[in-house]
Amino acid sequence: MKPKLALYWAASCGGCEIAVVDVEEHILTIADFFDIVLWPVAMDFKYKDVEAMPDGEITLCLFNGSIRNSENEHMAKLLRAKSKVLVAFGSCAQEGCIPGLANLFTKQQIWDYVYKQSPSTVNESGIFPQPINKMPEGTIEIPTMWDTVKPLNQVVDVDYYVPGCPPQSDQILNVVVAVIDILKNGQPLPPKGTILGAGDKTCCDECGRERKEKKIKKFVRPHEIIPNPKECLMDQGIVCCGPATRSGCGAKCTAVNVPCRGCYGPPPDCLDPGAKMISALSSVIDASEPEEIDSILATLTDPVGTFYRFNLAASILGRGQMEVRKQS
Amino acid sequence: MSWEPKIAGFLCNWCSYTGADLAGTSRLHYPPNIRVIRMMCTGRMDPVFVFKAFQAGADGVIVSGCHPGDCHYQEGNFKMLRRAHLIKRVLADLGIHPDRFRLTWVSASEGDRWARFSADFTQTIRTLGPLKLTSDSILEGTYNAA
Ligand code: SF4
Ligand code: SF4
Ligand code: SF4
Ligand code: FES
Repeated sequence: MKPKLALYWAASCGGCEIAVVDVEEHILTIADFFDIVLWPVAMDFKYKDVEAMPDGEITLCLFNGSIRNSENEHMAKLLRAKSKVLVAFGSCAQEGCIPGLANLFTKQQIWDYVYKQSPSTVNESGIFPQPINKMPEGTIEIPTMWDTVKPLNQVVDVDYYVPGCPPQSDQILNVVVAVIDILKNGQPLPPKGTILGAGDKTCCDECGRERKEKKIKKFVRPHEIIPNPKECLMDQGIVCCGPATRSGCGAKCTAVNVPCRGCYGPPPDCLDPGAKMISALSSVIDASEPEEIDSILATLTDPVGTFYRFNLAASILGRGQMEVRKQS
Repeated sequence: MSWEPKIAGFLCNWCSYTGADLAGTSRLHYPPNIRVIRMMCTGRMDPVFVFKAFQAGADGVIVSGCHPGDCHYQEGNFKMLRRAHLIKRVLADLGIHPDRFRLTWVSASEGDRWARFSADFTQTIRTLGPLKLTSDSILEGTYNAA
C-alpha cells in the first residue's frame, strides 16, 4: 500500500499550492510514490472522507495557511489526528505571515473597515457575515472568523516546518525527495521541530552583494532610487531584512534589486526578527546625536510592518497592548 | 496586595552599575522596584532583552550606561542610543507606551543621580500602570464570538 499524502490550505493565499505545482514534472514522482488523499486546490475529496479515516492513517500532511476561523481550526485538529507527520508548510502556517499583521487590529476594526468604511463598499443596511443563515431552502453555515490569526503550532502540535512565502519549488522538491528516501529506506526521521528546506545561515550569507561600512543619513524606499546592482542594498539606504532572515531561497529578491522582506523567517538563534532588525539598522545609521537619529529615523516607514511582515503572530510582543493601540 | 511596578534595569559594569552600588553604600533612599542586571557595556544590550523583559512581566525597562564619550568600549553607548530610538518607535506602534522604556547615563560617581532616576522612572511606570500584553484570554469575549 502506498503512503498517504494530504495537502491542505487554511487561511492561505494559494501561493503555497502553486509553489507545489511548480515542481513541474516531478509532481508525477510525488503522485507515483504517494496516494494523495486530500488536496482541495487540485482534487475533489470531501472533509468527511478524511473524518472517516482511522487516526494516523495519513503518512505526511503538508499544511499551509494560518488559523483564523472555525473551519481552519477544525481542519488543523482533524489533520493533526489523522497524520503521522504534520508539516507547517510556508510562512503562514509557520509564523502567521502577512495574514498575521491583522493581529494589529481587532476583528471588529477589520469588519468595520471592510464591510462599512472602505471607499469601495456600499452597505447601507449594515450587513455583516453571519455564521448561520436561515433561507427558505434550508440553513447555510459559514465558518466563524476568530479575533486572532495564529500559526499552526499555536493550535496543534507540529512536527516540522518548511519556511518561505511561498517555499521555493527547488526546496520543496528537496524536502519531498528526502521524505521519500526516508520512507523507502526506513531511515529515522529528523528531530522534531526541524526546519526543512532551508539553510542555517542568514539571507545575507547567500546574497552576492558587496558590503562596506554602512553610513546611512537617510532611508529610501525601493521605488525612490535605482540601486547599484553590486552593493548591499542596506548600504544604499534601503531597508533589507536579510540580516534577520534565514538562508534557503538563494537570496532571490536581492538578486533582482529588491530588498529581502524576510519571508524565510528568522535565522537560527534569532528569537525575534524585529529585535534583530533594530540592531541591524542601528549599526548603519550615521548619527550620535538624538536629534539627528530622530531625523534619520523619520525617513523609515512602518517599522513594525517591515520588521515583522511575516512573523508578527509569532513574535515576542505579539499584539502588544491592543487597548492602547485601539485608541490611537 | 496593591500593585507595585516591576522594572528590569540593565546597567553597564563600568559606570552605571558602580554608580548604583555607590547609591547603596551611601545609603541613599530610593524605591526598590528596579531589578538590576549587570552587563559589560550597553553596547551588548540586544533589543530582544527588552522585549523578553516585557514578555516576562516587566512593566518598565531601564538601560543605563556611561555618559557619551565615556564608554569603555568607545562606541557601545552610541550604538545603544540608536537602538533606543528604534525600540521606542516599535513599542509605540504596538501600543506599548514608549515611556515604559528609558535609556540614561550614570557615571560611577553619580550614586545620587541613579537614586533620582530610579525614583523618577518608578513614578513614571506607576502612573502608566501595569503593562497588560494582549493575549487571547484578554480577547476571550471576542475570540470565539461571531
Ligand atoms: S506563505 Fe505566502 S504563499 Fe504561502 S499561503 Fe501564505 S501568503 Fe500565500
Ligand atoms: S542586507 Fe540585504 S542586500 Fe545587504 S547583504 Fe544582506 S541580504 Fe544582501
Ligand atoms: S530574499 Fe528574502 S523575501 Fe526574497 S524570497 Fe528570499 S527570504 Fe524571501
Ligand atoms: S562601558 Fe558603559 S556604556 Fe559602554
